[in-house]
Amino acid sequence: MNTTPSYRTIAGDGLWSNNLGLVQLLGLCPLLAVSGTAINGLGLGLATLLVLLGANLCVSLIRHWIRPEIRIPVFVLIIASFVTAVELLMSAYFHQLFLILGIFIPLIVTNCGILGRAEAFASKQPPLPAAADALAVGGGFLLVLVVLGGLRELLAQGTLFSQAHLMFGDWGRGLSVTLLEDYRGYLLAALPPGAFIASACYWL
Amino acid sequence: MNALRPILIATALLAGFASVGTGIVALVHHTTAPRIAENERQTLLARLHEVLPPAAYDNALEEDHLVLRAPGLGGTEPVTVYRARYQGEPVAAIFSVPAPDGYGGPIRLLIGIDTDGRITGVRVLTHSETPGLGDAIEVQRSDWIEAFTGRSLNDPPPQRWRVRRDGGEFEQFTGATITPRAVVRAVYQTLVYFDTHREKLFTAPAASPRNGI
Repeated sequence: MNTTPSYRTIAGDGLWSNNLGLVQLLGLCPLLAVSGTAINGLGLGLATLLVLLGANLCVSLIRHWIRPEIRIPVFVLIIASFVTAVELLMSAYFHQLFLILGIFIPLIVTNCGILGRAEAFASKQPPLPAAADALAVGGGFLLVLVVLGGLRELLAQGTLFSQAHLMFGDWGRGLSVTLLEDYRGYLLAALPPGAFIASACYWL
Repeated sequence: MNALRPILIATALLAGFASVGTGIVALVHHTTAPRIAENERQTLLARLHEVLPPAAYDNALEEDHLVLRAPGLGGTEPVTVYRARYQGEPVAAIFSVPAPDGYGGPIRLLIGIDTDGRITGVRVLTHSETPGLGDAIEVQRSDWIEAFTGRSLNDPPPQRWRVRRDGGEFEQFTGATITPRAVVRAVYQTLVYFDTHREKLFTAPAASPRNGI
């Protein structure tokens, strides 16, 4: 049995020194595809965070019953159940955002970062540290998504948090800020290559 | 028998987890299904209202629809037609029709045509045209698509139902001619189809309910 790391270590690892998007380079498919605007990034980041939290908690609670030979299928099963539930809930309560994020919500299943946390951390630790780990790692991923999304949105359209009303309802409109008036737009940033270029700057 | 035991236990465990997982998903599905169906209905109606104002009809527009497979209209893909009526009388038909020859694949259009054969509005539902060039067909990016509103089969005359470059009436975009050409052709073909099948379109029995456009 491993010793449980302190919460400070968990938070530091997840948010920064072992960040899913920046250091481990896991889950790049959604990271690159959905980070066109800050709100898209926030939506997918929150969905991932929720799935990660649920999966980590579950895996940690049942860690004594799982046999090693079937642990991976069980983890995948748990993650898939949570993803489907989150997808349905999103379709019910944030329908417009759900339409934009589209295929990337089911694709959270394939975010190997989540399976990685279940296997490497939650299956060996009690529920509380596992939940903390999920919050830290998911929060780190969320931050990367929002910052990258914001960066690309700013370059491409000169705005930040446009379409915030899709997520927060009408008062979200107040969140949208146009930082560069009369900005002609820099199209490349919104296109797929923009994702690679922006994240390359990140990794440097 | 002893060699089988761990396998049996693993199987039972896996089956147990699978049923619990399925149960949770089924429960969430059951509680959210009505809300999701309502969301989809609202999304569909919001889109239909962009090409036909809600005051123009009084029937359940999203339910009164047909699914067609017509050669010459929409390529090989099915075409959905929503029929608007006011106090039982036909008012307009809204076609959800793909323009098969877009630059980046089919461009799905929503075309409203009233019973006089005049276009009440055209909108792009989905497309994969080049951002910055071909996407000016979206109403959020330019008002190009509004040029169709009020037009009919003889306005402009058939040989002018083309983009400017081909000797027609409609603007093309700098750097993107294929996209507007595909849209203009699809709108024209839909008008022709409506003109020849007008009677049948409104009398045919409605298709069974479905979601989406």
